[in-house]
Amino acid sequence: MRPDLQHLFRMEKLPHIWCPGCGHGIITRAIAEAINESGIDLDKTVIVSGIGCSSRAPGYMNFDTLHTLHGRALAFATGVKLANPELNVFVITGDGDATAIGGNHFIHAARRNIDLTVILFNNNIYGMTGGQYSPLTPTGKMAATSPYGNPENNFDVAALAIAAGASFVARGTAFHDKLLVNSIKEGIKNKGFSLIEALSMCPTSYGRRNKMGSAADMIKHLKDNAVNVVTAQKLPPEKLEGKFLIGTLHYKPYREFTEEYDKLIARVQKEGK
Amino acid sequence: MADKPLDIDQKSCKGCGICYSLCPKKAITGDIRGKVVLSAPDLCSRCGICESHCPDYAIFVRREKK
Repeated sequence: MRPDLQHLFRMEKLPHIWCPGCGHGIITRAIAEAINESGIDLDKTVIVSGIGCSSRAPGYMNFDTLHTLHGRALAFATGVKLANPELNVFVITGDGDATAIGGNHFIHAARRNIDLTVILFNNNIYGMTGGQYSPLTPTGKMAATSPYGNPENNFDVAALAIAAGASFVARGTAFHDKLLVNSIKEGIKNKGFSLIEALSMCPTSYGRRNKMGSAADMIKHLKDNAVNVVTAQKLPPEKLEGKFLIGTLHYKPYREFTEEYDKLIARVQKEGK
Repeated sequence: MADKPLDIDQKSCKGCGICYSLCPKKAITGDIRGKVVLSAPDLCSRCGICESHCPDYAIFVRREKK
């Protein structure tokens, strides 16, 4: 561990419980680096998570952290932010946590454009409970609950967040860690709902079933199939087939919920006198 | 030769093999259990790709102070 990041971790809790080769450790370090570089007040930073492999991350981080119910991280975070709008509230959530059981909270937090920085660890599977398919498992992929291949269509969570009203949407991967750090920093700066989808890898529950090789092969898969959104504009559509875009996908700041709510309180208090 | 370029925490390493598969100079390799060892310290350019891609925070690159 780099000495300049050690104060952001609960060093006595490490090493973590994630499997060998799990991408979540890389993304957690990227979050710590982004918080360190953005210079926000660490005593006014809260990290909220739900349930799942990804949601173990706040347990290792030396902030005020909340480990909440499955899928309800965004609901708790909305409460924390509204009760005390000066806090920097981060939400660490997984693909199943955010889009399946917490799908409703997810679209409504994005619709309100409340000032939260959400980092969605997308490993394409429910890793902790044994590899059931999630709404982000690509069609045709094997999982414990789809032994003949996933028959369902999967969400594009970035497009979902943009359509629901998020003001900042970016995507990074466990391989592109510098880009991920920069995306999280931009998400912290953005006053509104910021979603950073961080593509991770799960060699144990996902890679093994889908014959994707070792953790090293899976991180190379992320490297080879990612296309930066700026580069993608110059490429013909046939070259983008089977690839995914990384970088800032959407940035359009507009009215933020906690500010509007404070305005409402001020107005009602004035009228009540 | 100057002091070693990397500190490796063998206790934290889980042997996933990400670091030595990404190393551009092949300065680190896996031992018999797959855990990382600094096999060729002279080749290491201190780029930090192993440090930033270690999921278990087992590698620290010693950078020269400016």
